[in-house]
Amino acid sequence: MKLSTELLILGGGATGLGAAWDAALRGFKTVVLEKGDLAHGTSGRYHGLLHSGGRYVVRDPQSARECAAENAALRRIIPSAIEDTGGYFLSTPADPADYADQFLAACHTCAVPVTEITTAQALQREPLLNPRLGRVFQVRDAACDSFDALHLLAHGLRAAGGEVFLRHRVTEILKSGDRVVGVAGENLATGEPFTFHADLVLNCSGAWAGHIAALAGCEVKVTAGKGVMIAMNSRLVNTVVNRLKPPADGDILVPVGTVSVIGTTDTAVPSPDQYAIEDWEVDLLMGEGEQLIPGFSRHRALRAWAGVRPLYDPGGKDTRHMSRAHALLDHEERDGVSGMLSMVGGKFTTFRHMAQLLVDAACAKLKTDRPCVTARTLIEPPGTPLHALPKRLEALESGKWQTASDATTDTGQPPTASHQQPAATICECELVTRSQIETNLRQSGSPILNDLRRDLRLGMGPCQAGFCAYRAAGIIHETLGHSHRNSNSQLLQFLQERWKGERPVMWGHSLRSLELDLHIYRSILGLDTLPTEREIEVYPTERTS
Amino acid sequence: MPLVVVVDTNVWVSAFLTPRGHPAQLKLPLQPVTLLTTLTSDLCIKCNICTSACPVAAVTDLFPGPKAVGPQAQRFRHPDLPSADHSVDYCSGCGVCSLVCPHGVQIAEMNAIARSRLVERYGLPLRNRLLGRSELLGKLGSPFAPLSNIPLKLPPLRKLIEAFLGIDARARFPAFSRQTFRRWFQRHKAGAPLIGFRKVVFFHGCATNYYEPRVGQAAIAVLERNQIKVSIAEQNCCGLPMQSNGDFASARAYARSNIRKLAPWVREGYVIVGTSTSCTLALKHEYHSILGLTGEEADLLADNTYDIFEFLEMLDEAGQLDTRFVRRSETVVYHAPCQQRSHAIGRPAADFMRRVGFTVVESQTDCCGVAGTYGLKKEKYDIAAAVGRPLFEQIAEVNPNRVVCDSETCRWWIESHTGKKSVHPIEVLAEAYKGRKQ
Repeated sequence: MKLSTELLILGGGATGLGAAWDAALRGFKTVVLEKGDLAHGTSGRYHGLLHSGGRYVVRDPQSARECAAENAALRRIIPSAIEDTGGYFLSTPADPADYADQFLAACHTCAVPVTEITTAQALQREPLLNPRLGRVFQVRDAACDSFDALHLLAHGLRAAGGEVFLRHRVTEILKSGDRVVGVAGENLATGEPFTFHADLVLNCSGAWAGHIAALAGCEVKVTAGKGVMIAMNSRLVNTVVNRLKPPADGDILVPVGTVSVIGTTDTAVPSPDQYAIEDWEVDLLMGEGEQLIPGFSRHRALRAWAGVRPLYDPGGKDTRHMSRAHALLDHEERDGVSGMLSMVGGKFTTFRHMAQLLVDAACAKLKTDRPCVTARTLIEPPGTPLHALPKRLEALESGKWQTASDATTDTGQPPTASHQQPAATICECELVTRSQIETNLRQSGSPILNDLRRDLRLGMGPCQAGFCAYRAAGIIHETLGHSHRNSNSQLLQFLQERWKGERPVMWGHSLRSLELDLHIYRSILGLDTLPTEREIEVYPTERTS
Repeated sequence: MPLVVVVDTNVWVSAFLTPRGHPAQLKLPLQPVTLLTTLTSDLCIKCNICTSACPVAAVTDLFPGPKAVGPQAQRFRHPDLPSADHSVDYCSGCGVCSLVCPHGVQIAEMNAIARSRLVERYGLPLRNRLLGRSELLGKLGSPFAPLSNIPLKLPPLRKLIEAFLGIDARARFPAFSRQTFRRWFQRHKAGAPLIGFRKVVFFHGCATNYYEPRVGQAAIAVLERNQIKVSIAEQNCCGLPMQSNGDFASARAYARSNIRKLAPWVREGYVIVGTSTSCTLALKHEYHSILGLTGEEADLLADNTYDIFEFLEMLDEAGQLDTRFVRRSETVVYHAPCQQRSHAIGRPAADFMRRVGFTVVESQTDCCGVAGTYGLKKEKYDIAAAVGRPLFEQIAEVNPNRVVCDSETCRWWIESHTGKKSVHPIEVLAEAYKGRKQ
């Protein structure tokens, strides 16, 4: 397959899709290549915080200013992916008392909106918080579902004429002399090779940016800063809660969707593809959680996961002190290789700003002047936005997701005029219905089970796919007509991913739940003996780090 | 209007004047205790034991089951945002789910709280407002008995009530007693000088006071036979009918009033004993876990409230119970109501009846269906009847002269569906003491 475009963007995360959407709106013919699914990398593994800027005011005023501005911008352009939770910066007895005044002054300097409230007000709204709070500041933090946000960007991109190619891995950068003219690689879904020619290649591959740059013969040092997060089973708070102290491990609790996420740790890892979650990280996060909410570690932890921050490393510092700021690399100036720009570093909250800078630079390279319009372009959601907490329940209740197959699956009886039959709920934890899955399968190209998770939240709730994976696998198998071996392999891989995330927090209620799931899959369904496409290890009990 | 004279004005106003269908103006903060109740959703491993035990889900698709509307839906409820999960209203509140859950999820409690949020938001239908006010209805109806018993027996009027209010015309209501239990007690003199040290405040509840004083009279007879000093403190409706209809504001008002009136007696060394297992469960458990009332007085009341058979069993274990029963042989069906089961005290009433010589056939059905006022509602009557059907069939098969049950609404429901007389077990015990001198 040989294709060509004006702008070729590598990476389907927030930066890449943001840049592609921006470029398409400016009238460029734009294509995104992503080696996995949307939000496959760091964007899909972040804690869900839309920064107010407060976290950075003291140490990194530039980032704080950008966050404050972008927070306001994203609320305008992708409101359906954002829940306005508001945020608190609060000092627990373990935090330095003198940080408060410093913080407040820095907020004013950086134009980060802030209001001091009483501890009584904070406790009234969040009754589980440590009653021995010191000062509390209210900021404009919000929760952003990155899966929803990236789907919106992809939708906006397609509406503006751009295209996204998923499961296209780039293995080669095509050059003509010192000029990058395109890329070559493999379509992982079909195994077919492809080549793409472009006027300009934009490297937005995040933690993998160094790898892509190396294919073009340029050296870009991106340190992978691993951050571990733990999702608690419930929303223990409905407001983002930050510790009032200099940035540190475990200083934030974010209510996002049905869960609350405590994060994060920060350690450099050698590769963005291989890292493990260590016991000390889990212990540390649970311990810090205790400072915010007494009894925190006795609440149910759902799973732990890690994302890798792509930290641009001009040399030196440890990852916690490395700038969260982004860097735009002009490889022509820097390495003598034209036809390619890289955007490295940065953070989710500022992706739109980064995209704007990158596409501005692309315009300059292509000697054209097209102004950026993303700051004032609203992306209307294609379907019902479900990010606000009660929306899924409402939709399920109102029978919106019902199809003929739903209505007859449970009882075998057709729905009567007076009573709606309940829709067939496939994922009971995240309320995903059969008709949602079928619609998704019809609309997306060649989805796998794990894509349904990213698209619909299938299998992300308390039972971690215990009750939905076999149902969804059956529906995929029926609908797409895969081979049995293929469907079995998908089921196994999907369950492996779920169990991998449960392992670090496997105690108490999670362990009990996991034991039930294992009985379902191993004792009843004989998961270990299913014929698969290749050898897949079932539920390794030894740590593989 | 002579009727209004007997009514507490505030109660009247709040019962009838809050506009229906509008978001309630008064927003109650979610109490931390109820927050902890709802957080027991964390304990759910989705095993479905509750759903397979739920008597309502077994007979209707309108109720998706305790797991679905309980811990599953709970994760999607936000304290500030309206939730449109009206199916939770089909939970009858029988509590079987909480009882069978091996992991400690307080499912029924969670559902009650969710329903109260719906009521906060969408208001309380007049029908539910009326059904929840058992004390008010008693105050209105009792003075005019037997005249006040006629209207609810007139089929054309019942059809009208069904059409306009949604109370099922087939639902049978108990008859008001002209003489309330409290008035009887004022004139009652303890038969023999009391030499015991135990002091009891009898919590009679609305049913005994306004409809069935005989149950209270039996309880007093049994307690006094055992040398116990019985007092009747000032008390209100326990609040459960309002709580189960989702009107937490009114339920809390009654609960607070009871706590205020009864706690001082406990401090004086009295314990609270009741015959209605629903009222006593409210005092023991639901004020705390569902209504979120905490504090020294609430805890004092909760820790010192007993079902009468639980109390008699304690006396027996201490060797202080008069066990000189007149033995009788009679076969009865005993239905332990849901609220009795939630006390987690075993089945002391059945044990006592056996000691008297009865053949006790225990009900194999978890819930008779009516669940307080649930089965009286037009849209729920058939569901409730279907829930109770196995019990009614068992009763028909055993064909006893009487059915025995601790809860008043269950007794009335069973009577109307089986034609069998239903009595409280304390009446059986009181009979067994008769004809014998101390």
